[in-house]
Amino acid sequence: MSAYILYVTNSWEQILSRSGEHVYLAFTAVGLACLVGIPIGLLINRNKKLANIVMNGANILQTIPSLAMFALLIPLVGIRDKNAILALFLYGLLPIIKNTYTGIRNVDPAITEAAKGMGMSSMQMLYKVQAPLAIPVIMAGVRIATVTGIGVATIATLIGSGGLGTLIYQGIGMMNYPMMISGAIAAALLALLTDYILGLLEKMMTSKGITSK
Amino acid sequence: MIQLIDVYKTFNGNDMVVEDLSLEIEEGELVVLVGESGCGKTTTMKMINRLEEVSSGTIMINGKDIKESDPIKLRRNIGYVIQQVGLFPHLTVGQNIGVVPRLTKNDPAKIAKRTIELLEMTGLKHEDYLNRYPNELSGGQQQRIGVARALANNPDVVLMDEPFSALDPITRCQLQDELLNLQEELHKTFVFVTHDVDEAIKIGDRIAVMQDGRIMQYNTPENILKNPANQFIENFVGQDRLWKTPNMLRAKDIMDKNYENMKDIKITDIVIVQPDTSLHEVLQLREKHELQIIPVVEEGVTVGIITESSILSLMAEIIPGNEGLKCPHTYCT
Repeated sequence: MSAYILYVTNSWEQILSRSGEHVYLAFTAVGLACLVGIPIGLLINRNKKLANIVMNGANILQTIPSLAMFALLIPLVGIRDKNAILALFLYGLLPIIKNTYTGIRNVDPAITEAAKGMGMSSMQMLYKVQAPLAIPVIMAGVRIATVTGIGVATIATLIGSGGLGTLIYQGIGMMNYPMMISGAIAAALLALLTDYILGLLEKMMTSKGITSK
Repeated sequence: MIQLIDVYKTFNGNDMVVEDLSLEIEEGELVVLVGESGCGKTTTMKMINRLEEVSSGTIMINGKDIKESDPIKLRRNIGYVIQQVGLFPHLTVGQNIGVVPRLTKNDPAKIAKRTIELLEMTGLKHEDYLNRYPNELSGGQQQRIGVARALANNPDVVLMDEPFSALDPITRCQLQDELLNLQEELHKTFVFVTHDVDEAIKIGDRIAVMQDGRIMQYNTPENILKNPANQFIENFVGQDRLWKTPNMLRAKDIMDKNYENMKDIKITDIVIVQPDTSLHEVLQLREKHELQIIPVVEEGVTVGIITESSILSLMAEIIPGNEGLKCPHTYCT
């Protein structure tokens, strides 16, 4: 325990900068996954066949082991950050697309029928009715993607990208347990903190009319 | 005025849902489409705001073929109320009412004023309800908001698809009464779909009884009850129905038309009634003046006689037997 405290007090600068790299990798990837995944999730609601194809594709991506994913991407984008971000992005897509798709699809048909009967176009229905009602489900997908992303990002060190994984793998290699543990704990704390902040964001974005049930 | 002319509707080209249907609904009229589930009544209604397209035939509103209107614009000018209400749960009561006026880009100040006006009309205080969310309201209150929302853009036509069916009987009765008051006040054209014959008789100016995608009879409630067009209608409305709605019985229904010495009765100096005098009034006159015989006179000519036996024979005809008493619907008059 004391060895651990000693390590943290001596190397807090390193832990912090590794955390910074970690956040950069995970957030860039999830941010891109949101930008791409949410519109796809919204769009595929109009076509069931397309939805099946996209969902199956995303499912397959998810089954690739993370280490293999990093390796597979090397011929495409080489190593380091580009590779790491692309891999994390691909992992983030499934939960985001899936939750956006189901969130929209699960809106009570009575509500969409009323919206249509009142004279909303399908776009108006999407952004005035379906999307606001699906926010909790979409945000759940974003939270899953983020937490997964922070977890998987620890492996990115193996392809030369930084992040808290560096501390963990160096710690293992050098039998420096305080170093390894501080890397692991920092990654866990980062995941919890991010999830909490996203939870607050979700609460802010969701109408009181659907939370106070 | 809404005209449906030779309308047919099939799904997938084989199942005939609506067949050879023609219907004319006058302006300011409340017409009820009634029938068992699957008879095509809801489909017929949905073709009016193009939620369903006709397979063949024409539907015209105020002389204009609805096929020529943009369906979205068309719907914004037709109120729409459904059974499950379909209020938007993420919007407040006030925002829900203002949805259509906002779609048509009305002046926000006007929308706010109109929202308060409509809320008051439904009997809900705007200070208490404007900023509440639908899930804080009872079923009856939600449907009141549903009706207010449908009226927000001041449409000429309002379509209602079993709007009160999910409510408890007492609330349903109140909302029916409120709808009748509303119609009297606003003179909108209502097309109302229900499977409940009692409801149809209570609120309809005219009723279209449907079976297997066709209209079996289209007439006033009174005429349907008294002269059902066929056995199906008679069974559907129930033979005891007149007994439940005695206010529809008139002198001409009670009188004995073949009274022997009818022509000898002098109609001066005695109490007489018109053919359209209500049963209630006839009975009161009879009681008040202790009359044995009341002549029914139309334009100076005696057309029938009301006697004790003619009243009794009417009762024999309309008092329900055991089968008529199985499901009492006597929550409201």
